[in-house]
Amino acid sequence: MAACKCGCEQHAVDPQQEALQKMLDGYKGQKGALIPVLQEAQEIYGYLPKEVMQQISKELNIPFSKIFGVATFYAQFHLKPRGRNIIRVCQGTACHVRGGAKVLEAISKKLGVGKNETTEDLRFTLETVACLGACGLAPVMMVNNDTHGRLTPDVAVSILEKYE
Amino acid sequence: MKSLMDKCCDKCTHALDNPCKDYIKCRKEGPICHQDDACKEKRQKILAELHLAEDSQKRQILICAGTGCTSSGSGKLAESLKQELQNKGLSDQVEVKVTGCHGFCEQGPLMIVEPQKTFYTRVAAEDVPEVVEKHLIGGEIVERLLYKEPNTGETAPTYETVPFYAKQKRLVLHNCGHINPEVIDDYIANDGYAGFVKALFEMTPEEVIEDVKRSGLRGRGGAGFPTGMKWGFVRQAAGDKKYVVCNADEGDPGAFMDRSVLEGDPHAVIEGMAICAYAVGADEGYIYVRAEYPLAIERLKIAIAQAEERGILGNNIFNSGFNFKLKIKAGAGAFVCGEETALLTSIEGNRGMPRVRPPFPANKGLWDKPTNLNNVETYANVPYILRNGGAEYAKLGTEKSKGTKIFALTGKVNNTGLVEVPMGITMREIIFAIGGGIQNGMKFKAVQIGGPSGGCIPEELLDLPVDYDSLTAAGAMMGSGGLVVMDETTCMVDVARFFLTFTQAESCGKCTPCREGTKRMLEILTRICDGQGKLEDIENLERLGRVVKSTALCGLGQTCANPILSTLRYFKHEYLAHIEEKRCPAGVCTALLTYKIDPEKCKGCGKCAKGCPAGAITGEKKQPHVIDTTKCIKCGACITGCKFDAIYKA
Repeated sequence: MAACKCGCEQHAVDPQQEALQKMLDGYKGQKGALIPVLQEAQEIYGYLPKEVMQQISKELNIPFSKIFGVATFYAQFHLKPRGRNIIRVCQGTACHVRGGAKVLEAISKKLGVGKNETTEDLRFTLETVACLGACGLAPVMMVNNDTHGRLTPDVAVSILEKYE
Repeated sequence: MKSLMDKCCDKCTHALDNPCKDYIKCRKEGPICHQDDACKEKRQKILAELHLAEDSQKRQILICAGTGCTSSGSGKLAESLKQELQNKGLSDQVEVKVTGCHGFCEQGPLMIVEPQKTFYTRVAAEDVPEVVEKHLIGGEIVERLLYKEPNTGETAPTYETVPFYAKQKRLVLHNCGHINPEVIDDYIANDGYAGFVKALFEMTPEEVIEDVKRSGLRGRGGAGFPTGMKWGFVRQAAGDKKYVVCNADEGDPGAFMDRSVLEGDPHAVIEGMAICAYAVGADEGYIYVRAEYPLAIERLKIAIAQAEERGILGNNIFNSGFNFKLKIKAGAGAFVCGEETALLTSIEGNRGMPRVRPPFPANKGLWDKPTNLNNVETYANVPYILRNGGAEYAKLGTEKSKGTKIFALTGKVNNTGLVEVPMGITMREIIFAIGGGIQNGMKFKAVQIGGPSGGCIPEELLDLPVDYDSLTAAGAMMGSGGLVVMDETTCMVDVARFFLTFTQAESCGKCTPCREGTKRMLEILTRICDGQGKLEDIENLERLGRVVKSTALCGLGQTCANPILSTLRYFKHEYLAHIEEKRCPAGVCTALLTYKIDPEKCKGCGKCAKGCPAGAITGEKKQPHVIDTTKCIKCGACITGCKFDAIYKA
């Protein structure tokens, strides 16, 4: 089990820290492990805190600068905490020509946050995505892992009520 | 013996540590090692259940569980159907099968009743009792759920008679929607892995490459490089360690054919990669899938595990001495990783930036080893070629573009979905015969093909045969095959800006032409859409586009100007209208619009005035209202609110 560096008792059994350590142990010595490691770390923490990236750097012997470079290059990685529910409004071509921008606008107005922002109560994070590959149902959005299609601004906003 | 893959008796020897050479053949034809009639009968019985005969008393209900239908509620539909069948005691006679994408997403959730091929569309959970009572018990078709042709109102009782399917040639997609992608038996019952076995035991690697060359298959990722030739390069490359990689990083907005193949028939991709590995001499492979496709990743994981369990992947496959291991790498969200060198460096755990070629991946790819990289659809074509021979495959298509191509037909077209057609078909046939024409009786304006790398094709080129070379000549390109149909309400300058916004955000920034060029071109386009355009902007766009095209490092930069150059070529008048007349003919560019109220139609209900956030609308009750254009913020709230269609954009 990962020991706590600050010496206090409570952190000694931090389940997230434990899961991270276990995952890192599994990847040691594997080539090309950085991206899956970051994906799994983000899975554990919901985002990539600085300390976590530092620990990955130490354990896998990869310079921190490289880790930071990779984490900021890919759209999937987040360096700030995110909401409990992730809304991803599709802005693909099909959604674009069928009014995807209006859907985004309506949600943004309803939640009072812009693109890539999180509501204060951490209930929602609003993101856009280049294409969800469900173009037949355009305009589309994903909330967590559920895809919702054939949206209108009103319908999109009302769907959000289901997510606490 | 419950499954096709189980041992029929003790004489059956196949196991991971003692693989049987005749394993796949045996499952289809009955035990070959010991000609036992009882064992053969058992196998045939299972095969008959996987593949219902036309006169079978049993029923199979296929429910689409592609992303499109799932989001329209097909999961709930399957559940309530199973429940209802149980209640009626029909579970033994009717099997509910959850399949991959049927391709006709517009009409989802889709349901097929086999063996009659009855095709039901937009089926909701509430329709289940009626389908069970009327169709499964009474043997009568539920008319109201059949597909109805929007123009003629005619219904189509089976999927073969639906015009959308009737005009297609489904070769790569033949299993999609008809097998359960999570059950390997289904794939094998439909001739799966027969091509792989044929390659392993009846052909040398060189003969496999020859056969692929004979087929004329070209890379389906977009550029259209001859596949057999690429395989030949990798085979000839020096080095004993080689890789095969599958590009499943389908990032083009408007394309989802790779996703559907992965979700609906993952074993076809695995088989294609295994054949390729044997041909080029590789023993390890990677599938690089977008993280945005969780269902595709899930299904691939299941398929790989099932293939490993049966010794179709792993060491000493079917006792041939050939080894092949396959891993999945989830992408992390970067469009540029669809470019081959960027994809490979991303698998290695780096920022996905492309590098200069040569050396090509065929000689120096993953971890500097020779690597064969093809797209999902390319690999999915290979099993068919091996099974039927390259010459048979080459009968389809045009002289230089063989076989079929899957298009993702979307936009303002009646029948959106996946369409697989032989190369050389005209765009008009795809959009009007298969796609059912333009939505809401509007007029066709253009079709955008190939995503951000492609271009727009105007009405006068609709009779162009669709193949790699004719599209390139028209200033577009095949790309991954996304077709977005646009009608008169689409602004072509706005479309060009849309794609540039995308490529500008996705440019990795490594080379100057792409990093700076996309930014400058986007600035100009934004200016034109905002009504600030100048006449010299057009010339500048053309020049910048040409420079970026010829100097950028990778495919992303080299093609990013295509949407601009092709719209300039065919729709220059729209640019000019924006610049000279400060007018957006399609009524899309907000800055160039004014909202007006038609006094004839306005009933003076006051709803628009109440809904206007800027307080720009005034008027007496029951009298026509007016909009103060200086206050109007052009949000469109009044238009959506008006019940009398009295407000319009001009």
